Amino acid sequence: MALISLKNVQYIYMEKTPLEREAIKDISLDIGKGESIGIIGKTGSGKSTLIQLISGLLYPTQGEIFIKDRDIKKWNSKELCKIIGIVFQYPEYQFFAETVFEEVAFGPRNVGIPDEELENCVREALTTVGLSYEEIKDRSPFNLSGGEKRRLAIASILAMNPEVLILDEPTANLDPKGKVEIMNYINKWVQSRNKTLILVSHDLDEIIRTVKRVIVLKEGKIIFDGPIEKLFLNYEKIEEAELELPEILKLRKVLEDKGYPLEGAFTVHEIVERIVAFKEHISIWKS
Amino acid sequence: MEVLKTFPLGQYIPGNSLLHGISAKAKIIVSFWLIIIIFLLKLNFYSYLLFFFLILLGILLSSLPINYFVRSLKPVYFLVLFTFIIHFFFGEEGGRVYFRYGIIHITDNGIKMALFMSLRLIYLVLITSLLTLTTSVLELAQAIEDLLKPLNFVKFPVHEFSMMMTIAIRFVPTLLEETDKIIKAQKARGAEFGKGNLISQAKSLLPIIIPLFINAFRRANELAEAMEARCYRGAKGRTRYRVSRWTIKDLVFLTIGILYPILLLVFF
Repeated sequence: MALISLKNVQYIYMEKTPLEREAIKDISLDIGKGESIGIIGKTGSGKSTLIQLISGLLYPTQGEIFIKDRDIKKWNSKELCKIIGIVFQYPEYQFFAETVFEEVAFGPRNVGIPDEELENCVREALTTVGLSYEEIKDRSPFNLSGGEKRRLAIASILAMNPEVLILDEPTANLDPKGKVEIMNYINKWVQSRNKTLILVSHDLDEIIRTVKRVIVLKEGKIIFDGPIEKLFLNYEKIEEAELELPEILKLRKVLEDKGYPLEGAFTVHEIVERIVAFKEHISIWKS
Repeated sequence: MEVLKTFPLGQYIPGNSLLHGISAKAKIIVSFWLIIIIFLLKLNFYSYLLFFFLILLGILLSSLPINYFVRSLKPVYFLVLFTFIIHFFFGEEGGRVYFRYGIIHITDNGIKMALFMSLRLIYLVLITSLLTLTTSVLELAQAIEDLLKPLNFVKFPVHEFSMMMTIAIRFVPTLLEETDKIIKAQKARGAEFGKGNLISQAKSLLPIIIPLFINAFRRANELAEAMEARCYRGAKGRTRYRVSRWTIKDLVFLTIGILYPILLLVFF
């Protein structure tokens, strides 16, 4: 049984007004437990709408969405929060509490975690994203640095311990080091607990490092859905979605055109190994 | 939050009609003039009918579908109905009495007043809709600035006032969109709105209101910096990209808009 299942889902914004716009066109999709999925597509391709539909924040205009084989409209919103956690773009703009503790405790408290377990829950979430509970719990969320704010915002969702974690551009506007750090914390959490991850990103390099399955959206339709290696063999799908090829794929393309055999090599490491092996092979053959 | 999406905002409908093309200044002057005239209009059938012709002409000149105007009346349906009922049953004494029971009385004068008062309200809304449907917010703000210019002589900061107005109006849709986003984000953290007693309902709004305010201040700060970076120094020495000039069309519109109602006042 699929954890999340979409059947012929369509979504129209501002239906029956002059501003009507079809954001999602007939999407069918199954997501299983423990999968890590990347959703890519250019601005306006329907990525944000799709994840909001999955989280039950929007209901489809047409078609059905099932979470654990139960229609999403029949789920109580609090119960759904325990299953699906969504971190929006720039989540630090939603802070409201006076202290970091209260900010993180908001979600767990809402979904009914008893007060005596709260402290543990908050401590664990903050530690997961590399923040020190003792140091930070009484500070104001508004006085943290940019990277700390982002990590706090992610922790406030992790504290609810959802089965599925949806992240919308979690590293947007961070410095390169902060980007890698945050993704490492998230990966560790997802893998150690066998969670399902859905990552929305413009940054294909980040997608490559993080997920196994990729969904490419264009104008509200899925134009590719499959393992990431398969997407790399279909450069034209990335170009069709009007996305920039990741640097590693550009390099790989050039090298392949020069005649290096690079089948199945997709990381810097693998490509270097192939080239070295190929060079050695040539020099032995020459001598 | 469908409420946010159906907010009756940015009523302006772009178009190329005759009325769209007339300068906002002329439209504002005529609208105000007509609103004043409505209250001076004699309460008889002919003057109201002839006044309606003027509004009808405006609607035709705007070449907008009639249902935009019907929709603009929606917020005042209740008010119109209320006015009508009050005047109908409890209105002025005079003329023939059709019915009387306690304080309820239906009379000739009462019916007349009920009719004319309701029409007044409807006319008021139609005139303002004609203005806002065919004039963009920016045009309106600039026109108001031009029209208020004489107030500079009494040291009223006209430019700053109109700039404030423009910015406030400009950011309403942005703030609505942001409210929608924050509501969704807090919902995703299990927040519920509009449940429980009044106090807990008010409390549940804090996670929306606080971030909204903080973001508004942040945005204001950024906007101020961006404006300063482009050397904005208030009204002094500032010129416009688009300068509005009076054209023959505007003058004809102005003359008809002002003279026609005066004729109505004089002859009926």
